[in-house]
Amino acid sequence: MLNTITSKLESTTPLDRTEALWLLTEADLLALGRLADSLRRRMHPGQQVSFVVDRNVNYTNVCTTQCRFCAFYRDQSHPDAYLLSYEDIFTKVEELVEHGGTQLLMQGGLHPDLKIDWFEELFRQLRQRFPAVQVHSLSPAEIVHIAELSNISMAECLGRLHLAGLQSLPGGGAEILVDNVRQEISPNKIGWQEWAEVMREAHRRDMPTTATMMFGAGEQPQEIVEHLFRVRELQSEKNGFTAFIPWSYQPGNTALGGEQASGVEYLKVLALSRLILDNVPNIQASWVTQGARMAQVALYFGANDLGGTMLEENVVAAAGVDFRMSREEIIELARSAGFQPVRRTTTYEILEEY
Amino acid sequence: MVAGMALTVGGVVWVILERAAEAADAGATEIHMVGGLHPDLPFDFYLEILAALKADNPQLHIKAFTAVEIDYFAGLTQQSPADVVAELKAAGLDSMPGGGAEIFAAQVRKQICPEKISGERWLEVTEQVHNGGLKSNATMLFGHVENFADRVDHLARLRELQDRTDGFQAFIPLAFQPDNTRVPAARGVGGVDALKTLAVSRIYLDNFRHIKAYWVMLGLKVAQVALAFGVNDLDGTVVEEQIGHDAGADSPQVVSKDQLVELIRKAGKQPVERDTLYNEIKTY
Repeated sequence: MLNTITSKLESTTPLDRTEALWLLTEADLLALGRLADSLRRRMHPGQQVSFVVDRNVNYTNVCTTQCRFCAFYRDQSHPDAYLLSYEDIFTKVEELVEHGGTQLLMQGGLHPDLKIDWFEELFRQLRQRFPAVQVHSLSPAEIVHIAELSNISMAECLGRLHLAGLQSLPGGGAEILVDNVRQEISPNKIGWQEWAEVMREAHRRDMPTTATMMFGAGEQPQEIVEHLFRVRELQSEKNGFTAFIPWSYQPGNTALGGEQASGVEYLKVLALSRLILDNVPNIQASWVTQGARMAQVALYFGANDLGGTMLEENVVAAAGVDFRMSREEIIELARSAGFQPVRRTTTYEILEEY
Repeated sequence: MVAGMALTVGGVVWVILERAAEAADAGATEIHMVGGLHPDLPFDFYLEILAALKADNPQLHIKAFTAVEIDYFAGLTQQSPADVVAELKAAGLDSMPGGGAEIFAAQVRKQICPEKISGERWLEVTEQVHNGGLKSNATMLFGHVENFADRVDHLARLRELQDRTDGFQAFIPLAFQPDNTRVPAARGVGGVDALKTLAVSRIYLDNFRHIKAYWVMLGLKVAQVALAFGVNDLDGTVVEEQIGHDAGADSPQVVSKDQLVELIRKAGKQPVERDTLYNEIKTY
């Protein structure tokens, strides 16, 4: 099997689901890693590892979806429930600009009262005040929720937000793009086809997006493979995904509980993502969930990007995992692994080489 | 080892015996004792502890003292390290851990542990320990101010000694953690560096049977991945059952046996519980 797969990859023939499943469940870690690393070097020959200076702003932790894997959400009546004001958000973005940031990753819970005009006004003001910051915000579940709350179609909702200043979408909320898994871990969240429909609509409007996967919350290996093939098929329509970001479920303080995926599992899923998503240019390592050491090792298992510096991060931290890295540490992490660190924009234009 | 001035000597012995009894009841096969060098305790005190421990728990393997302590006892009693080892062994000592090796190169020791015995002395004492019939391990503390050549020099000296004595069981590279100490300019250890160092240790120390990863310093994820990079033994405190597992900590101080077994399995290896001398106790 390994020989078949190796020669398919050498002749850039796409792998099928059976081969992907074999790689995930049967292949030796280092054999899989070597294949992923070789494809990554073919796709990114310059020895570069990129990152973006960004901030995650969570405008609210109130969420009607209440996913079982999430430690961040609060009921609206909970004493810790919050909703940031425009001024709070602007102050945070000002700090981001002071740190040379270029990306605002704004996501919330699905707040029961925030309709489209709240977001339109916010995005208009953000673009006006901070023209150098890319508004890379709102995952598909939020777009669908805002549309429903505002009694408009998803397409109209996304169109209006785009016009108001929303530039690109993060690929969060994908979890596993298989509905029976979603039923178990996030029964109130949109199904995989709705997720895909929002991405399709964004790509149709030339809004770039990323795609994510949260694994290790009880899904089967076949379902991880299915997720990857669904993203690959979606990408073959419009090439709108800039990057794919797999990370592992963080069980701390959640209703679902359980154990976190191990380091070997993470590297296998990451390497497989690189191999199957040969039409998605970038694969991000998740230092936020894996820690700096594993993120560095990930650069040899298919990842070519370290994501954001994340001046602020709340969601993973709520699950008790609180890794912090400065821009200097990220640069040093890439460099000491033998790569050239580069700072990029949301859309992967290089801003600075180190 | 509990050896504060607040406790009387008798109190210290009592605490140690109590702990040993608890450990033995819980199924432990080994007791591992290390401590700072206490200026007021005579050598006989250590011999008495060993004898009392052995009398109480004849089945427990007693692993204690480093080359640094043996050297200290030699000075205290005006004997050779070989004589000190013979007395400790007669009192009940079964083997020694490998601490205090740090990095052998003199200019590095001058910066990180100027008060400690030299690398040459560490090797000399360890040779006498092995010649006296006790097994030990060897460590290397890396990721502070040493350079790569210093690490290779460290490995080379260990390999030469092992060729003469065959007394080392395992080599344990320890990743330095800059946060908790006072070595300025220490750089810490990245994931790639940790795995490369473990892999090079495995290749170069071909006369050592075991390469051990210490997960408390490496993190569980990297320690697990290290099983594909030359490591065949995982070390750290394992408890029978862990209540209220803190999912947030990647480097917990303890893990449960089930967790460890599962991590090893997920790395595609077979978990084996062993005793101090690497005899198999149970295969999972």
